[in-house]
Amino acid sequence: MIKHAISNLNGWLAILAIVLSSSAGDVLLSRGMKQIGDLGKVRRKRGFGFVMSQILRSRYFLLGVACMAISFYSLLFGLSWDDVSLVGPAAASLSFVVNAFAAKMFLHERVDGRRWAAALFVAAGVVLMAF
Amino acid sequence: MNSRKYLVLAGVSVFAPVGDSLLSYGMKQVGNISLKNIPDLLLAITNPWVALGIILLLGFFASYMTALSWADLTYVLPASSLGYVLLALIARFALHEHISLMRWLGIAMVSSGVGFVTSGPEVTRRPRRPDNDTVATEHS
Repeated sequence: MIKHAISNLNGWLAILAIVLSSSAGDVLLSRGMKQIGDLGKVRRKRGFGFVMSQILRSRYFLLGVACMAISFYSLLFGLSWDDVSLVGPAAASLSFVVNAFAAKMFLHERVDGRRWAAALFVAAGVVLMAF
Repeated sequence: MNSRKYLVLAGVSVFAPVGDSLLSYGMKQVGNISLKNIPDLLLAITNPWVALGIILLLGFFASYMTALSWADLTYVLPASSLGYVLLALIARFALHEHISLMRWLGIAMVSSGVGFVTSGPEVTRRPRRPDNDTVATEHS
């Protein structure tokens, strides 16, 4: 019983760490990629090497990758304690809701009613998945 | 949206859940890792299933970065949500995990919720700044 509770607690702690670090990473990566532009178009114009050098020289990209690394190891930690069908979707879906706020605040994306409605559906889905 | 962009989104959708499932399978072999043995997490990548999972997640990362270069973050994340359904199917049929009716319902709600988003435009159109704005800034 206690072992199960600790397992659950560790699973949810991992989910919290994944959500915070991956959301920060997503915002940073998105900003970095938007600065470079459509990778397909840039590659056709300037070549693959140019695209890679632009990505690797982007501060936002490097910071984003650091956040993603934290998120990845939190995921490994979480998966060692709980089912993939809970940790995976719960972390990713909660990240979606946090991301909607972060994208509006930091990336100034147009998060309209349709996107907020989707956030609520996703949040409800996450609660159901915890049962 | 052209076929190349749909292919990129499909890559985001498929690589992530399959990679996660391989990681899960590998981590079950590695066993529980307590907070006292955090360095064991670094050794976990020597497990072949974890390593294969990482390769697929690299594929996901490449697709994801490409998608983020031409679409909003709040579009890319939900657009790749079909992966949740795939993840549930893998968990049920390949990993033989039990998926309750409530979890199935949750997965369905997540997928339908994100369906709202994908029916809209993929990127926030920003008005071009007139040239005289730049000039005004330079002279101020």
